[in-house]
Amino acid sequence: MDVRFPIGILFAGIGVLLIAAGLITAPEDLKLVSTGFNLNLVWGGVMLVFGLGAILLAVRPRR
Amino acid sequence: MHLSLIDGLIVGLYLVVVLAVGWLASRRTKDGNEFFLAGRSIPAWVCGLAFLSANLGAQEVIGMGASGAKYGIATAHFYWLGAIPAMVFIGVFMMPFYYGSKARSAPEYLGMRFDEKTRGFNAFSFAIMTIIGSGVSMYAMAKLIQAMHVLDQPFAAMHWPQAWIFHAAVLGSAFFVMAYIWLGGLRGAIYNEVLQFFLIVAGFAPLAWLSLRNVGGWEGLTATLDPAYTHAWRGMTSPDTNKLGVDAFGLVMGLGFVLSFGYWCTDFLVVQRAMAANSMSAARRTPLIAASFKMLIPFVVIIPGLAALALTTSAMKDPANAGHLAGGHAVAGAIPIKMDAATGKPMLDSAGKPQLDYDLATPSLLLATFPTGMLGLGLTALMASFMSGMAGNVTAFNTVWTYDIYQAYIRKEASDGHYLTMGRIATGGGILLSVGAAYLASQFNNIMDLIQLICAFVNAPVFATFLLGMFWKRATGHGAFWGLAAGTTAAALHHGLTLPNGSLPGIKGGWMANMHLYPSEMAQNFWTAIWAFSICFGLTVAISLVTRARREEELAGLVFSLTPKIDDPPTTWLKSPVVLGVIVLAVTLVLNLIFR
Repeated sequence: MDVRFPIGILFAGIGVLLIAAGLITAPEDLKLVSTGFNLNLVWGGVMLVFGLGAILLAVRPRR
Repeated sequence: MHLSLIDGLIVGLYLVVVLAVGWLASRRTKDGNEFFLAGRSIPAWVCGLAFLSANLGAQEVIGMGASGAKYGIATAHFYWLGAIPAMVFIGVFMMPFYYGSKARSAPEYLGMRFDEKTRGFNAFSFAIMTIIGSGVSMYAMAKLIQAMHVLDQPFAAMHWPQAWIFHAAVLGSAFFVMAYIWLGGLRGAIYNEVLQFFLIVAGFAPLAWLSLRNVGGWEGLTATLDPAYTHAWRGMTSPDTNKLGVDAFGLVMGLGFVLSFGYWCTDFLVVQRAMAANSMSAARRTPLIAASFKMLIPFVVIIPGLAALALTTSAMKDPANAGHLAGGHAVAGAIPIKMDAATGKPMLDSAGKPQLDYDLATPSLLLATFPTGMLGLGLTALMASFMSGMAGNVTAFNTVWTYDIYQAYIRKEASDGHYLTMGRIATGGGILLSVGAAYLASQFNNIMDLIQLICAFVNAPVFATFLLGMFWKRATGHGAFWGLAAGTTAAALHHGLTLPNGSLPGIKGGWMANMHLYPSEMAQNFWTAIWAFSICFGLTVAISLVTRARREEELAGLVFSLTPKIDDPPTTWLKSPVVLGVIVLAVTLVLNLIFR
C-alpha cells in the first residue's frame, strides 16, 4: 500500500469541503477581520492541489 | 462558537480515512513480525514522519503554544537544544545497534546487551509510563474539547447532558485508536501518523501565519512584547534574568543533554518507528528526516502562543477593554483569564494581576481566527495530534508487554499466532488502562503532577545505561541494573530535598527536607535529571569494574568497538546519515543565532 494514496484522498476531500464552505458561507461569517480574505477558498484550494498531487504520485506507474 | 455541517463532515471524513488506513494495513498484518514491527518494510521518509508525529501529541501542540505565551521564543530550546542534537546522535551513532541487533524492542536490546533483570526493570517502568502517557493525553484532550465549547450545541440538540462531552471525547478517541491498531498493528499506526503529521501542519500553519501577520509580523511582536520573549538566549547567564528561570549550564546539561538524549535516544515510543524501517540505512535516516522537520515545528506551534500574548498585552493596555477582561470576557483571540470555579471571579497572582490561562492560548486563537470550515480542519488537526501521540504509546506498550513481559515471564514458548493474538489483546487492554488513567487524572488534581513526576524519575537516568551499554564493552549487567535503580532513587531523593522558589513542600518537591531552593520549577527538573544521570553513570561504571565482564564474542553487534563498520554504502551523498546530520545541526545552529 502506498500511504500517499489515503493522504491524497483525505486532503482532496477536505479541500473540496473547504471550497464549498468558502462558497456558501455568508461574508459576515468569514471572520474577515482576522483573515482579510476568504480563507476557506484559498486554503481549500491549496489542500485540493496537495491531495491531487499525492494521489498522482501514488498511482503513477513505477519506472 | 458552534460547528456547522461542513465542520462535522471534515471531522467525519478524517475518521473514515483513519479506519480505512487501518483496514488497508490489516491485509498485510498476518504474523507477529508484521503486527509489532511492520515487517521491517517501511521506507525511510514514512518512518521519519511517523517518528516525528508519534511525539507530536496534542499536549505538545497545545503545551508549546502555552509555553510560547508564558516563556516566549525560549520555548524553542525544547526543539533546537532539547531534541535536534539527540535525534542526530541516535541516527548516526546508536541506530546501528538498535536495528543491527535485531532486537524487537528497546528493553530487549538491554536484555541482549546486559541481562534479564535490567531488561525487566526497563520493560516494567516503560510499560507503566506508556499507559500513563496515553491516559494523561486523553484526559488533556477531553478537557480541551470541553473548554473550547465546540460540542456544546450538538450535544444540546441531541438532548444529551453536557457532562457527556468529556466521556464522548475520551471513549470516542480511544475507540478509533484501538480500531486501527487492532487491525493494522504498527503499520496501521505508522501510516496514520504520516497522515496525521500532514493534517497537523495543514491545520496549524495557517493559524501561525495569520496570527503573526495580525500582530504586525515578527517586528510587531518585538515592538509589543518585552525583549525577553523574543530572544532565546538573552539573559541565560543567570536564572534571574530570563523567563525560564534557569542558567545556561542547567539548560544545556539538563535539557540539552540528559532529558533530551534520555527521551529521543532510548524511548521505545520513537525508537520503534525507526526499527520498522526497511534497511539499516533507512533506520539511520529515520531520526534525521524527523529532525529536519522537527526544527521547523516551533514556527507552527510556538508562534500562535506568542501572537496570542501580544494580542493580550495590547488589549490589556487599552482601557476600554479593562472591565471586559476582568469580567472574564475574552477579547477575540486573546488569552482568557483563569476563573475561580468556586467564586466565579478571576484568579489573581501575588501581584494582584489576573492570571492568564495559557493552555487556552492556541485554542482561543483558533476559535477567533478560523471561519466555519477551517474550524473543522483545526479541530481535526487537534484530534490528529492527539491520536498520533496516543497510538505511539499504545503500539510501544503492546510490543513491550507481549515480548518483554508476557513472553519473558508468563509464557516463554508459544506459537507466533499466540503472540499476535496477545498483541491485539494488549492493545485493547492498554487502551482500557489508559482510559482508567484518564479518569483517575480527572478525579484528583494532583495525581497528574505525581504521575508525571514518576515518569521523570524513570526516564532521567536511563540514557546512561544505553550509552554505556553501546559504547563501553566493559559495562556489566549488575552495573547497569544497580546504576539504573540508584539513578531512579537519586531522582526521587533530589526532588524530595529541593524546592522551586514560591512553592510549598509537597508535590512540587521538598517533601523530605528543604535543602536547596531553585529559582524555578524548570531549573529543579533539569537538575533532578542531571543528578539521576550522573549517579546512574557513576555507579554503573563503578560496579561494572568490580564485576565480571561478558565475553567479547557475545557482544558483537551490540557494542560499538566490537561491531564491524557498517553498511550498504549510500547511493547518493544526501542519503548518508553523517552528511544529513551535519546539515541538520548546521541549520539548527543558524536558527539559534537568528533568534538569540
